[in-house]
Amino acid sequence: MSAGRWAAGVIPYAEMGYWRPDYQPKDSDILAAFRITPQPGVPPEEAGAAVAGESSTATWTVVWTDRLTSYENYQAKCYRVDPVPGQDDQFIASIAYDLDLFEEGSIANLTSSIIGNVFGFKALKALRLEDMRIPPHYVKTFQGPAHGIVMEREYLGKFGRPLLGATVKPKLGLSARNYGRVVYEALRGGLDFTKDDENINSQPFMRWRDRFLYCMEAVNKAQAATGEIKGHYLNVTAGTMEAMYERAELAKELGSVIVMIDLTVGYTAIQSMARWARANGVLLHLHRAGHSTYTRQKNHGVSFRVIAKWMRLAGVDHIHAGTVVGKLEGDPNSVAGFYDTLRLDKIAADPVKGLYFDQEWASLPGCMPVASGGIHAGQMHQLLHYLDEDVVLQFGGGTIGHPMGIAAGATANRVALEAMIKARNEGRDFLAEGPDILRAAAKHSRELDVALSTWGDITFTYESTDTPDVVETPVSS
Amino acid sequence: MRITQGTFSYLPDLTDEEIAAQVAYALGKGWPCSIEFTDDPHPRNSYWEMWGLPMFDLADPAGVLYELNECRRAYPDHYIRLNAYDAGYGRQTTALSFIVQRPAEEPGFRLDREETSDRRVRFRLHPYALDRPQGDRHR
Repeated sequence: MSAGRWAAGVIPYAEMGYWRPDYQPKDSDILAAFRITPQPGVPPEEAGAAVAGESSTATWTVVWTDRLTSYENYQAKCYRVDPVPGQDDQFIASIAYDLDLFEEGSIANLTSSIIGNVFGFKALKALRLEDMRIPPHYVKTFQGPAHGIVMEREYLGKFGRPLLGATVKPKLGLSARNYGRVVYEALRGGLDFTKDDENINSQPFMRWRDRFLYCMEAVNKAQAATGEIKGHYLNVTAGTMEAMYERAELAKELGSVIVMIDLTVGYTAIQSMARWARANGVLLHLHRAGHSTYTRQKNHGVSFRVIAKWMRLAGVDHIHAGTVVGKLEGDPNSVAGFYDTLRLDKIAADPVKGLYFDQEWASLPGCMPVASGGIHAGQMHQLLHYLDEDVVLQFGGGTIGHPMGIAAGATANRVALEAMIKARNEGRDFLAEGPDILRAAAKHSRELDVALSTWGDITFTYESTDTPDVVETPVSS
Repeated sequence: MRITQGTFSYLPDLTDEEIAAQVAYALGKGWPCSIEFTDDPHPRNSYWEMWGLPMFDLADPAGVLYELNECRRAYPDHYIRLNAYDAGYGRQTTALSFIVQRPAEEPGFRLDREETSDRRVRFRLHPYALDRPQGDRHR
């Protein structure tokens, strides 16, 4: 580095050592892929260097105190900038961070660096964190899912099929006693789980403790009616950690197998609840409330695949990750990338799925994805095709809105699911033959027959906003 | 009542031919099958009795069906389930488990309630079958 590097004043980030096209990332580096949209006149390499600088050691001007440090270790390095096909003003900047930059086992610390200041940086019109490679060296400093997919299935005694759930509706306004009725009917009808919605916490129409008492009566009655383990995600989200612990403790005491939190509680609260969940043998469900404010737009924010990685590290057992076919955003390739990220141990980079880096989880347990929002029994073949077996399928309206009642709605979903798994295992082309398989199953289930005639052909076909675009993607049929 | 544990309890009972198709699927995946039976269907009863060891080296569904029918003959009034196990790295757990025989009558469960303090109720699930001695529960 030349002596001019240390002259007081402002020099380009690239000249301060943040642009290093010759750099070979180390196995222990944390890697990030940013989609950058530089202001007119800012070269992409300088923009990439600026992101590296602002998310690590740099400030806007030269400071002599850098020379008191082994600064080259601490500087993040932008080592590649690639244009995005078809988007003249967008580039993917690949940046490497030394492991020393991050505190062990802290999502808060990781994110305060990587997405701390840099997203408001004026030299960029927009910035999006597309993906991260978390090396095993850092993965191993996190607890990971409190139980994971394998332990959850063994704990519930449920194997070989997706789990079924439903969110109680209407989401606001029911009294605790009426609310518990929905839970009982849905569980005895055949669902494995029912769920509080993200904004059911403790409101004037239903306080948390009342809800917990009635829901657990419902769960226990449904277990007696079926001989199966049942659960209701008791949402313990609250304004303080103390209140969350208090609620979680009662849930545990009442025998609930699972509690729930919202993404809005924050990364540190999520990690605390994950520790609590492991210590107390209670599954932890996470609702991704609020994520679309920063995950949906392609040029600015944080991709959901990054949130998925952070949440697997943070230690939740369940996370909502998209349905492909339902009412909420979810391109099939992107959703496949999210599901792989949550469930597999080793994942190869695959630009078609939006996966920029290889990711190794070093035996961190898998996290069960949850598909929720506008799905129904008539789509069972598509859901199984896109989402496979380790997933919770949540049919809220598709259970509670059944013309014969809630239990019948639950039975319809369970019959459809079991029939589809049976057909798949028998080697049938269940995606193509799905409607026939469902109709045949409906011959011995009036509940399914009625569900199919109520919702059979409802679909939500809107163009997805967040689609992988760094390579040409195959058009899905 | 009908206990709904297992992968296929909401479908009509599987015929032997249908069971063989599921076994063929499991064996095709490299998952050995095992047979277990019980007369205590409490959902927290993890350890049903093993009908021999898991059939690690058996490649023909007919062999599994033979063992299943032997088990049925020996325990005609018990629940019997067929499991397939995935020993694959990272999974190492049951991959499929479904009931293949039920007692003619399934007495179900009683839910006992013990009222404790602060409106809390302690629930206890009691299988009616347990009111009779082991081996004599579903006759």
